[in-house]
Amino acid sequence: MSRAGHARIGWEVVVGIETHVQLSTASKMFSGASTAFGAAPNVNACAVDLALPGVLPVPNRGAIERALAFGLAIGGTINRESVFARKNYFYPDLPKGYQISQYERPIVTGGALSIASDDGERSIRLTRAHLEEDAGKSLHEGLPQEAEAAVGRDGSGIDLNRAGTPLLEIVSEPDLRSAAEAAAYARRLHAFVTWIGICDGNLQEGSFRCDANVSVRREGAPLGTRCEIKNLNSFRFLELAIDYEARRQIELIEDGGSVRQETRLYDAGRNETRPMRSKEDAQDYRYFPDPDLPPLAIDEDWIERVRTSLPELPDAVRARLVTEHGITHYDAQQLTASRELAEYYERAAAALPAHDAAGFKLVANWVLGEFSAARNRDDVPIERAPVAPALLADILRHVTDGTISVSAAKTLFNEMWNAALRGATAGNVIGIVSGLVETGSATASTSSSVDAMIESLGLRQVSDVGELEALVDAVIAAQSAVVAEFRGGREKAFNALVGQVMKASRGKANPGRVSALLKAKLERSG
Amino acid sequence: MTEPFTVAGLAAALHARRISSVEATQESLARIEAAQPALNAFVTIDHEGALAAARAADVTLARGAAPPLAGVPLAHKDVLMTAGLPTTCASRMLADYVAPYDAHVVARLRDAGTTLVGKTNMDEFAMGSSNENSHFGPVGNPWNAARIPGGSSGGSAAAVAARLVPAATGTDTGGSVRQPAAMCGVTGIKPTYGLCSRYGLVAFASSFDTPGVLAQNAEDCALVLDAMAGHDARDATSVDRAPADFTRLLRRGAGARPLAGLRIGLPREYFDAGVAPDVAKAVEAALAELRALGGETVAIELPTVGHAIPVYYVLAPAEASSNLSRFDGVRYGHRAAAYADLDDLYCRTRAEGFGPEVKRRILIGTYVLSRGYYDAYYLKAQQVRRLISQDFAHALARCDVIAGPTTPAAAFALGTRVADPLAMYLGDIFTVAANLTGLPAISIPCGFDADGLPIGMQLQGRHFDEATLLDAAHRFQRATDWHRLVPSGYGR
Amino acid sequence: MSPGIDEVRRLAKLARIALDEGHTSALASELDAILGMIDRLLAIDTAGIAPMAHAHDTVVALRDDAVTEGDQRELFQQAAPAVAGGLYLVPKVIE
Repeated sequence: MSRAGHARIGWEVVVGIETHVQLSTASKMFSGASTAFGAAPNVNACAVDLALPGVLPVPNRGAIERALAFGLAIGGTINRESVFARKNYFYPDLPKGYQISQYERPIVTGGALSIASDDGERSIRLTRAHLEEDAGKSLHEGLPQEAEAAVGRDGSGIDLNRAGTPLLEIVSEPDLRSAAEAAAYARRLHAFVTWIGICDGNLQEGSFRCDANVSVRREGAPLGTRCEIKNLNSFRFLELAIDYEARRQIELIEDGGSVRQETRLYDAGRNETRPMRSKEDAQDYRYFPDPDLPPLAIDEDWIERVRTSLPELPDAVRARLVTEHGITHYDAQQLTASRELAEYYERAAAALPAHDAAGFKLVANWVLGEFSAARNRDDVPIERAPVAPALLADILRHVTDGTISVSAAKTLFNEMWNAALRGATAGNVIGIVSGLVETGSATASTSSSVDAMIESLGLRQVSDVGELEALVDAVIAAQSAVVAEFRGGREKAFNALVGQVMKASRGKANPGRVSALLKAKLERSG
Repeated sequence: MTEPFTVAGLAAALHARRISSVEATQESLARIEAAQPALNAFVTIDHEGALAAARAADVTLARGAAPPLAGVPLAHKDVLMTAGLPTTCASRMLADYVAPYDAHVVARLRDAGTTLVGKTNMDEFAMGSSNENSHFGPVGNPWNAARIPGGSSGGSAAAVAARLVPAATGTDTGGSVRQPAAMCGVTGIKPTYGLCSRYGLVAFASSFDTPGVLAQNAEDCALVLDAMAGHDARDATSVDRAPADFTRLLRRGAGARPLAGLRIGLPREYFDAGVAPDVAKAVEAALAELRALGGETVAIELPTVGHAIPVYYVLAPAEASSNLSRFDGVRYGHRAAAYADLDDLYCRTRAEGFGPEVKRRILIGTYVLSRGYYDAYYLKAQQVRRLISQDFAHALARCDVIAGPTTPAAAFALGTRVADPLAMYLGDIFTVAANLTGLPAISIPCGFDADGLPIGMQLQGRHFDEATLLDAAHRFQRATDWHRLVPSGYGR
Repeated sequence: MSPGIDEVRRLAKLARIALDEGHTSALASELDAILGMIDRLLAIDTAGIAPMAHAHDTVVALRDDAVTEGDQRELFQQAAPAVAGGLYLVPKVIE
């Protein structure tokens, strides 16, 4: 869907995204307070976060390390010296009256992120990524009863637990050309930062927040005036908001008006953007280098340590799956939607007895099909999936060697999934699936468990020639009319006969062998 | 009390069990109370806390193996956080604020066994050179109560000069330890930026603020500084280096010419017109004394030092305007009683909470950082700061210390410059450069003017070379008596 | 550069300090005198000189990522002008 891009013939939408990524550190950017989400108000706001008189900031090495990991992974330049500056403004959720943020000299400049677009992968350039601290929260509704009573309708309550949480602000170039592309970028960036492990990616908790800079222009014209849209806390809202905003700007210009540079807020309830009143004043942030914090120096050793600790990156995994596993580009994209999914696939693939394109394709289909469906249905995280990669591989091995049919495999998969899920829920993993949730390569115990389950569910495929011959003979004898049709040249009648044999076996007959036998017998006796 | 009321003297007497800490502390508290009406040197006097600490110190002393300063009474400038005690910064904004934690230097001095008798008066948020900008009223100079004690650590300087405490902490952002030390006739050291932690020092200008010591003499300064200095992981500008043990350095033996080999740089710029004749005369005499002790004077140049005042009065207010934004009436401190909305709450709270000088500096700082002026003022000042710093580095390659007057004149009369902030600023001419450059500097008493007011000589040294400054000051004080003179009416 | 009365009002608004209107012009002339002294800097040639934002040419010290601070809300909120339910209370914040 890319309606905004084609909202009006002759118009082009230009979007740049600024993303605030909460870094997954234990403590805050400049203090030793916990970053844990969901604590009672202000219990995680220490003296430094509260800006008590006399306190000082000290940067968190872990946050810097995560910024380095991002910069290296994204192919950006790590600036050997970067500077923390103060952005000065008054707001109750900003205890110091300034935010510490990197301004003129960020820790990372450049880099690029590829996104999936209509014409394959497209590279979106990044301007920069810089470290800063988050603000607290101003609460207007749903205050604790005590606060509600004290503050009344005309007041707000301030919770500074979030104040000082480390953020990496990632700024893209205005390279995106539609709301859909912007959403694709945001999704890809989200997958990327969680992939490299610098962010927990929790959208509900605000760990990943986007602002969009949107402008429109007539094709070929210079860039138009942009508006910044804030409060885009889901990928869907991001797309809807940009869509709305682009249409608003185009209509404004077409009606002879002009776009005013301003900050706008997306109202999801009304699906519209409107100017933010609090940002109407011309801001003068009076940035200057923070005198409490000399420049941040990054040495070569540190960069190398971070570089070697990086996981294989999604682009590389995608390329490898396409070239080495023979997976389609589309499937490779799907499989690398998250590092956990890609790892699940790779472990299952590695546990296959034969490493060939057909096997990889089978695993890919199952991971994206049955596995993902079950996971979405039961809402379980991949790392705690009731069917571990080795077990999935074991199930699929039984398909390839003809022990069970594909439909029997689906039954088996879901039985094992549900049994383990119930067992795990009950805190009582029952015998047959014990050990199945363990990860790792297929073991004798998982194999014997799969075999046992196949037997107990009666899913074993009948491949024994003697047994099958009896069934086939019985069908030929019983269905003489259909046999005659076939012999009269009606090819479709053959399938009906196969179906009858399968039915007679209650689905357990190996359909390939049934076809071969039936064909041979009909020809011989014909 | 028959024991000398110095840090070294009291420490020796306490360790020898000739006196108890309770006695020493009671003596200090009694002197403070007696002097309070005339001097107003203290904002808070903590009888109970001090005596409890003294009793604890006496227990440790009785057990032996007590730390060097165990039981010695001490006062802290009221800009340093002292857990459980009011820390007001002499501002209405924090008039009722009780510190929830100890500043690093306060904790270190507590750990060293000192008993905290109270918090000294100061210019509001350490902004001022006369101690007239205090919410709690001005401080009198013990040598003449109608004169200013200097500022901003005026209460600490007056308290030491009047022998109310053997030593007090101060903080020095543009001369706030050295200038009042000079004006009250005591010794004051501003160590190298980074030697003492700023954690718990309520920030005025973060890249200049330096905790320091005011005491009767260099030896006492060394004793207190040894206890105060040390790395602090909570201050990202705190320097992690081995302790110097200044006291041990001073106590080593020396001959008749103890300063032999010491090159004393005399910048032409410090002895030009603008220095009061009495001050120039006293400093010349002190230099003669240093030469007699073996020092060698060399002419040096500091061509850009004349720009130090304008650079300082761009950069310090810029930092202050940002540092003081946290005083917004939301989490602590003064909040206006009535307001229409959030902005009105901010504006009234800050208008009521801050005094005129603090507001002036916030507005200047806001101006030099604001859009359109940043490059012309703030960035320019930072560049000139580097030029000045380079000048000092060149000069200190040719000499070991740079000498000159601490202030252009002795203490002026209370109230005479309140209406002329610019004239007040120009009095910081000799002290601000050490803050711009982070260099250590000490002011030592070296005479009196015709009105009987003390005069100070300043020595500035290389980064982290406090030892040379303290040693030169100590040798000078072994040979002179200026630091031993006590204003009339106060105990020795 | 000399700030007029309007400029002083702009600065006071940025700095969130209510002005005593009776003293605004006096304040403007005080600031004017101070800035006149500072204006001396404008003439200095600083081409190619790196700005110096700190007392030393040093780099920032860092801390390890560890939670070292516990819940001190009760102690810290003793100093607060208005709290309820653990929240600091302020007049309504607009967006």
